[in-house]
Amino acid sequence: MPSISKPVATHPSLQRNELGLTIRDYEGSMSTLCAGCGHDSITAAVTRAFWELSIAPHQIAKLSGIGCSSKTPTYFVSGAHGFNSAHGRMPAIATGAAAANRDLVYIGVSGDGDSLSIGLGQLCHAIRRNVRMVYLIENNGVYGLTKGQFSASADIGSKSKRGEPNRMAPIDPVRLALTLGATFVARSFSGDKEQLVPILKAAVAHRGFALIDVISPCVTFNDHSGSTKSYLQTRKHMIRATETDFVPPANEILAHISSNGATSVTLHDGSVVHFRSVPLGYDPKDRAKVSTYLDRHQDSGEILTGLLYLDESAPDMHELSQTSEVPLVHIPYETLCPGSKALEELQEEFR
Amino acid sequence: MLDTIGRNAPVGQASACPAGINDFAVKLANVNGTGSASANGLIMQAIFRMGIPVTGKNLFPSNIQGLPTWYEIRVNKDGYGARALHYDLMVAMNSQTYKADVREVRSGGYLMYDSTWPLDPHLHRDDITFLGIPLARMCNESFSDPRERILMKNIAYAGSLCAVLDIDMPIVDELLVEKYGKKQSLLDSNHKALKLGYEYARDNFRCPLPFHLEKMEANGEKILIDGNTATALGCLYAGATVAAWYPITPATSVMDAFKSFCEKYRRDPDTGKNNFMILQAEDELAAIGMVLGASWNGARAFTSTAGPGISLMNELLGLAYYAEIPAVVIDVQRVGPSTGMPTRTQQADLLECAYASHGDTRHILLFPANPSECFEFAAKSFDLAERFQTPVIMLSDLDIGMNDWVTPRLKWDDKFRPDRGRVLNEEDLTHMAKYFRYFPDDKNYVAPRTLPGVSAKGAYFIRGSGHNKFGGYTELPSEYQEVMDRLALKHKAAAKFVPAPEIIRRKGARFGVIAIGGCDPAVREAQERFGNAKAGFDYMRIKGFPFHEQVEQFLADHDLCYVVEQNRDAQLKSLLMMETNVPKEKLQSILVYGGFPLSASHVLDALMNRDREGAAVETVNA
Repeated sequence: MPSISKPVATHPSLQRNELGLTIRDYEGSMSTLCAGCGHDSITAAVTRAFWELSIAPHQIAKLSGIGCSSKTPTYFVSGAHGFNSAHGRMPAIATGAAAANRDLVYIGVSGDGDSLSIGLGQLCHAIRRNVRMVYLIENNGVYGLTKGQFSASADIGSKSKRGEPNRMAPIDPVRLALTLGATFVARSFSGDKEQLVPILKAAVAHRGFALIDVISPCVTFNDHSGSTKSYLQTRKHMIRATETDFVPPANEILAHISSNGATSVTLHDGSVVHFRSVPLGYDPKDRAKVSTYLDRHQDSGEILTGLLYLDESAPDMHELSQTSEVPLVHIPYETLCPGSKALEELQEEFR
Repeated sequence: MLDTIGRNAPVGQASACPAGINDFAVKLANVNGTGSASANGLIMQAIFRMGIPVTGKNLFPSNIQGLPTWYEIRVNKDGYGARALHYDLMVAMNSQTYKADVREVRSGGYLMYDSTWPLDPHLHRDDITFLGIPLARMCNESFSDPRERILMKNIAYAGSLCAVLDIDMPIVDELLVEKYGKKQSLLDSNHKALKLGYEYARDNFRCPLPFHLEKMEANGEKILIDGNTATALGCLYAGATVAAWYPITPATSVMDAFKSFCEKYRRDPDTGKNNFMILQAEDELAAIGMVLGASWNGARAFTSTAGPGISLMNELLGLAYYAEIPAVVIDVQRVGPSTGMPTRTQQADLLECAYASHGDTRHILLFPANPSECFEFAAKSFDLAERFQTPVIMLSDLDIGMNDWVTPRLKWDDKFRPDRGRVLNEEDLTHMAKYFRYFPDDKNYVAPRTLPGVSAKGAYFIRGSGHNKFGGYTELPSEYQEVMDRLALKHKAAAKFVPAPEIIRRKGARFGVIAIGGCDPAVREAQERFGNAKAGFDYMRIKGFPFHEQVEQFLADHDLCYVVEQNRDAQLKSLLMMETNVPKEKLQSILVYGGFPLSASHVLDALMNRDREGAAVETVNA
């Protein structure tokens, strides 16, 4: 993807985070996506979330597959290593990276084509392994780079720009993730940064696979009337099912928490997700209830957003594998190699 | 059924040799899933411990239970380890294949069978000796458990073999104790069955047979090991920490062994935590992806697979080549195309691996010929992959990988430290004005890489899309070509780093023979035996690709070279024609690709025929 570097301009009045960095330090190069693309709003939310969390840029690893969404890692945190891989293969690459170095913060950016068609299998298995990473699906219902074919997330009856309706049932990443045992499932809208930023921050703090499906309208190929993933349609049918606040461990006192919070979940690093308001009978820790609730509403065409499900008790990939606390890449070779004497002894078994 | 050679290939007359002391071949015909493998392994191991050179080849079906399976044991005092095609003794334990098995015994040979049931008179042969042993009856009388009756029949024939071949009984006892010592009842059953078979044979036949065993001291410090186990050890010693794989025959035992070695050697004694991670992937697309992710992050990572897995990995092998990410792939080759014959051996992934993926790509390949080289080359793969920041594929095969080979002891130099290639640390980066991923490159055309998590200054965006030497996206022809041209030079530069070919010359040689990998024992034997009759030939075994300069030299030194390989399409010959200056006319093919390991007879017969015809152009399969 072509990239245009942004001029570095820092204003003295810009706020600094705990590392003394301004939000400019969390930006990347200029976006080359279409003007008004939902993905750019998500990029802005990601930039803000990392800045607010005060994560050192080089501690972040950003990965993607192929597609419009997968271009976006160049547009945030230029000080982070990035891996623009192959179509649908980012989950496996992120899994291997996370296996090698458990200390980095992993964010994978994908789209509905990348995750729900060509990479569906890899997505499912990354969920099953509970790889600790933020997994963003920038979901617009179409293939943008190849000019407007339906993706697997297109709703039945949704019309393409040419007016053809989609007749096949969509794959809903949220319901899919719940079925597969995902431990963090959220949906948001690219136009709702206020909601997306705290969800992203909670996702980073979550110890496990955090799936965030973000409806992100494609202004060029899927923003017309008849599309179910246009700005207009999404704004009209979007319902914030849950309202959440993310409170990092050190900032507990500073946060303003509304008193009618339904429930809170403490994450492994000591941060807390406050569910400020959830509907009656909705428990974001109860997979079955969440599923039923989603089914009921989504069948009637409503788009439920918010942090919908959170399970902080499930072991992540490293716990499941009982891997060393020290990242594998930092274990010295001398520790890894059993040496010639061990080899000598071992070979007595091959006699 | 035993079509082991190409269509027109004549087998045998040139190479038949009489059996004798420590020089014979036994074939055991069994039904798979009945426990014959442990009896056959016992015999093989006992002969090994008697200090006699021995080879065991398992010719097994892609099935769990009920289909024909064979095990061949070749004993050869001179150490020839290739497969024999003439059987001095057949142990016929499978009525399904009885007809063919009886036919395969050489004239004057012996056939051992279960005489509980009468022999079909149609199958009788006057020129061989039938050794009937009532195995089922004896076992039914001695054991009550139905499963045990079946299992112990195998140990009983092993007992009979001990008598007729003069296998050292204390050694067999010792092996049984080592194996079943912890389970007294199992040990007792095995001893009982062994004795049944032994005593029956001793009392009813003239033991031992004219060909039999006599203790030697030929094995010294050698070990009995399969290539996959040795490969796993190589990966362990190289310091691999992340392994990703998808189960596939015949590569599965690489990861099984790696896992058990890691559990033994890579568990932190204080914390009990693992200094490794093995990921059983959802498919080979994911397995190679995991390897790339881990390698990009700085771990030594590998995957093990077979041809069908390589097909799937093509996509990301291209990414690794173009984005310059180290990756180690172990390909234990089996018969293709498609599912092919999963439990049979071939060398048919050569071209696929050399140029895996779309676009202009070429990879570094290593060709081990035995378990020792599996160990050595597996470890070397990681150094090459990191030195050249590119995939390295080690092409083993089912014969090397899954059969036990008598091999020199594996050696490890404690001074060894991994060659991580050009990697910049935080300190290096502070001295640089600006870091670029693919610039500047060194004399091997390799530019330094940085690892995630080290420094924001070293951060770069790795991509499989068009990029210039700085790592930035490009669609400019000149910038794109500049990178592609460097990659071609980098691949060439690796030629000095792959192992040099092994060349064995013969005085007065009139031509050369070229082979790779598992063809080695057969070609070596052919060279010895051909040399006795004729002026002989020079032999070059190639160990890696890109081709070492000595390969070019050998080709230049000979007017005619036969390329022996186990595939239909002469892939090694093709690779030589494409990647060296050798004129096409200089190369002739000897192709054996039916799926069973190569025999010296295959090579000798083909060479003799060709020689008679004045080195005619006809190839075995033309």
